[in-house]
Parts: sequence; structure tokens; C-alpha cells
Amino acid sequence: MIGLHWLYVLAGAIFLAFAIGSARDATNPKRWGNAAFWSLLAVSFWFGDLLGDIGNGILVLALVALAGAHLLGRGAGNSTTLQEREGFSQRYGNRLFLPALIIPLTAFAGTLLFSYTPLKGAGWIDPKAVTLVLLGLGVILALATCDLWFRPPAAAPFEEGRRLMDSIGWAAVLPQMLASLGAVFAAAGVGTTIGALASAIIPSGSLFLAVALYALGMVAFTMIMGNAFAAFPVMAAAIGVPILIQQGGGDPAVIGAVGMLAGFCGTLMTPMAANFNIVPAALLELRNQYGVIKMQIATAIPLLIANILILYFAAFR
Amino acid sequence: MITYWPLLGIALVVVGFALRFNPLLVVAVAAIVTGLLGGMPFLKVLATLGHGFNENRFVTLPYIVLPVIGLLERYGLQQRARALISSIRGATTGRLLIVYLVFRQAVSALGLKDVAGHAQMVRPLLAPMALAAAEKQHGELDEDTDEQVKAMSAATDNVGLFFGEDIFLAIASILLIQASLASFGIALTPLQLSLWAIPSAICAFVIHGARLLLFDRRLGRRK
Repeated sequence: MIGLHWLYVLAGAIFLAFAIGSARDATNPKRWGNAAFWSLLAVSFWFGDLLGDIGNGILVLALVALAGAHLLGRGAGNSTTLQEREGFSQRYGNRLFLPALIIPLTAFAGTLLFSYTPLKGAGWIDPKAVTLVLLGLGVILALATCDLWFRPPAAAPFEEGRRLMDSIGWAAVLPQMLASLGAVFAAAGVGTTIGALASAIIPSGSLFLAVALYALGMVAFTMIMGNAFAAFPVMAAAIGVPILIQQGGGDPAVIGAVGMLAGFCGTLMTPMAANFNIVPAALLELRNQYGVIKMQIATAIPLLIANILILYFAAFR
Repeated sequence: MITYWPLLGIALVVVGFALRFNPLLVVAVAAIVTGLLGGMPFLKVLATLGHGFNENRFVTLPYIVLPVIGLLERYGLQQRARALISSIRGATTGRLLIVYLVFRQAVSALGLKDVAGHAQMVRPLLAPMALAAAEKQHGELDEDTDEQVKAMSAATDNVGLFFGEDIFLAIASILLIQASLASFGIALTPLQLSLWAIPSAICAFVIHGARLLLFDRRLGRRK
């Protein structure tokens, strides 16, 4: 059965290729920092399960040290020039979109195939990782197609990938770091403490105020933790279940579903949700690393108000 | 007895981000301080951090698309995306992004949230198209406008994803809600929860869609 494990092997190989490319890139004054960073990530993907928890912890500290000491840089890159690209664009025409669509189409068709046909039971792909496995398959198919069609130099896919990877830099592992921060917060009892605080300041009597505090609590905690998943169990235990559902008689389906979505409004407004807010700013080469967040605030706040109203009127019909 | 000391870790995160220290450093320091204040020995904190990092490797997995995207950029994909949009009459940045918003919400509602995304869709295709549409209508863009169009493209992808994915039954957040409430003896089916994600999805479309139309008008006034 193909599971996450094989994808980790693929990812490790790609990061190793980035590391080797970095080490050979004389145009990058900090090339050894880049090489070390991507090598450590390759080690994590290949041997993470063998390192043990403390070994992985040391690996994390090493990644942090490299990033914290500003040891990562960017090379000049040896991609094609803008004029060459215009030329290629004219020459290949709209067929250029086809390889780009191979990845989403493989994921799309494959997920449907492995979720709604007898293939689901065939046991080829780990059901917990179907879309990601198909994403990996799409990447391989697309790479093979490009290789046959464009006949690029052998190292080109990795050099071009590295060009993008270096523009993201250390931010690439921030989401994974935040997930481990969540694990430490949970182990240290931060959630319980916040829950106790929240239930201590909740006023009795006003249902609307309780609804608003539940939603705002989701937003605040989501913004701190970077995702609504960590916030939900805490706010449900502090306000959602005891005050809104048990005392107020609210519809649990609404309190649960819309409470989570109120938290998503917080995700739109926090740098801690790095993969959604910081990584794209790097990928799009924005000058302001908070540019995406700034753009999202004017959607997030009215949407939060809408969610509070849905909570209040739909849960207490 | 609840101690409030571990909350200092949260304060550290906020202050660290505000002072613009390297975020990886901020997060690591906050984790270690929080763990120590929560009464965990240092090695236990280190192990928890390492374990969490190893268990969440799948979060970093989507970067495997970068070689494909980089290769296609080498052969002019961004230029092609621009050319395509310039050839469509009536294409504006706002309208293009509204179409994408619908697409992203619908595909996420079908459970296919990894089909699109910032690396595989926004950078190579959506942002160049949005820029081309803006340039076609309003001529050369100044740097601020260029930045805003790109940021709006990324924002549209996020809004579409967040307020589409929960309509799908088997998504992690729906299962988490179900499990959390079940621990209080409240039994819900994923279907009940995902149905109640629909009103918010509609609000998200209306609010962000309206902003995109206003964005078009603001781009127009700039000249």
C-alpha cells in the first residue's frame, strides 16, 4: 500500500537535490547555510522515524539556529531570461498549461476514483493520504511530461525548484514548527488555562454576549496558535458546551460548525498561519511580508460579524 | 490549581512577532519557555517539540510541486498566462478573481483542497493572470498596485479554501468538531455539521466577491 511513507521518500530526495544544488551555487554567499538547512530537512523526511523524539528535537533546534543566525541566502540563479520566456511562451502556446494542469487533474480524478469506485477497497493507496499520494503522482507525471517535451538540462527541474524554494527560505518549515509548538502548548496545559480564563470572564444573562465572546475567543486563540483546530476544543469546553449548548439550549451542530468558521476568520488575520499568509507573500515576492494579511482583514471582519449573527439566530431558533 | 505562567509563552510569541525577530526563533523560544514554565523538564520539552515536528511532516509535503512549477516558469508559463488573459475581452482583475473564488470554494467543498494552492496555482497562474487583466485595463501598474493585485490573488485563494472546505464531510476540521463535542456526550453526524458550513460559505462569497468588484473600481480610479 502506498502511504505517506513513500511521499516522504520522494520529498526527502527533492530536498536533498536542493541541498546539493545549494552547495554548488557559488553565486550564493551563504550557500553552506542553505545546503545545511535543506539537508536537515531531507534527513527529517528520510530518517525522522528512526531519530527518536530527542533526536528530532535537536534537528529542530539546528534548523532554528540556521534560520535565527540568518545563515540562509539566495543565489543569482541561472534560469531563462524574460525575453527567452516570451519566446518560449509564443512557441509553445496555450499547450503550456497542460503540464500545469496534470497535477490538479491527477489529484482530482484520482481522488474521485479512489473514493467512489471499487478501487477504494483495492488497498493500493492509504485512504488517509489519498489526495497527497495523488499529488505526488501528479508531480512525477508532470515532471516526466516536461522532460520529454522541453528536453531541459538534466538538473533544470531541481535548479528551478530550488530558485522557488530559496525565495520561501526558512518560512517553508514555519507551519510545521507551529504544529509542534501546539503540541508543547497542549502538554504544558495552555489550553486548560485559557479555558479557565474565558469561563471566568463570561458574563451571565446575556446570550448574545456569550455568543460574541465564544466567536471572539475562537478568533483570538486562533490568531495566537495559527490555526482554529487548537482553539476549538478549548473554546468548546469553556463557553460553547456549558453556556451555549447546555445552559442556553443552542443547536450543537450550529455552535460547532459556525464556531469553527469564526475561528477561520482569525486564520485570515494572523502571521502565525504562515503557510496561508506568510509563505504566499514570499512566493509572490511581495515587499511587505504581511501584505496578504492586510488584504484579508477587510473580508475577515465583516465575515466574522456574519458568523456571529448566524450563530445567534440559527442556533437559538 | 491552575497556574497562569505558561501563558507567558503566548506573550512571547506576540512580542517576538511584533519586534520582527526571525519567526522560527520566536516559535522555538516560546515553546521551550512555555514547556519549562509548565513544569516540564528540558529534555521532555525537546522531545515533545521533536515528536510534534516529525508527526507533522506532511504539512511541508506540498513543496514537492516546486520543481514542476519552476520548470514551467522557465519555459514561459507566467508569460503564457498573461497572454491568455489579455486575449479575453471583458476580463478584469475582479471578475477573474470572482470566478476563481467560486472554483476554489466548489472544489474544496468536494474535498479536493490540495488541488489548488499558493505554490501550484496562485504563483504560476492566478497572480500573473490578475496582473495581466489589471494592466490590460489600466496600463502599466505602479509598484504598490502590483503588490496589491498579487496580495488579493493570494487572499482570494485563502478565502475560497477556508469557506469551502468545511462543506465536505470528511475534512479534518469537521471530524475534530465531531470528536470534541462527542467528548461531552453530544452526538452529531458530519453531515449535520457540514450543512451548517453552507450559510457562512455564502456570506464569504458575497462579502469577498463584493470586495473584488470594489477592487476593480479602485484600480480604475487610480489612473
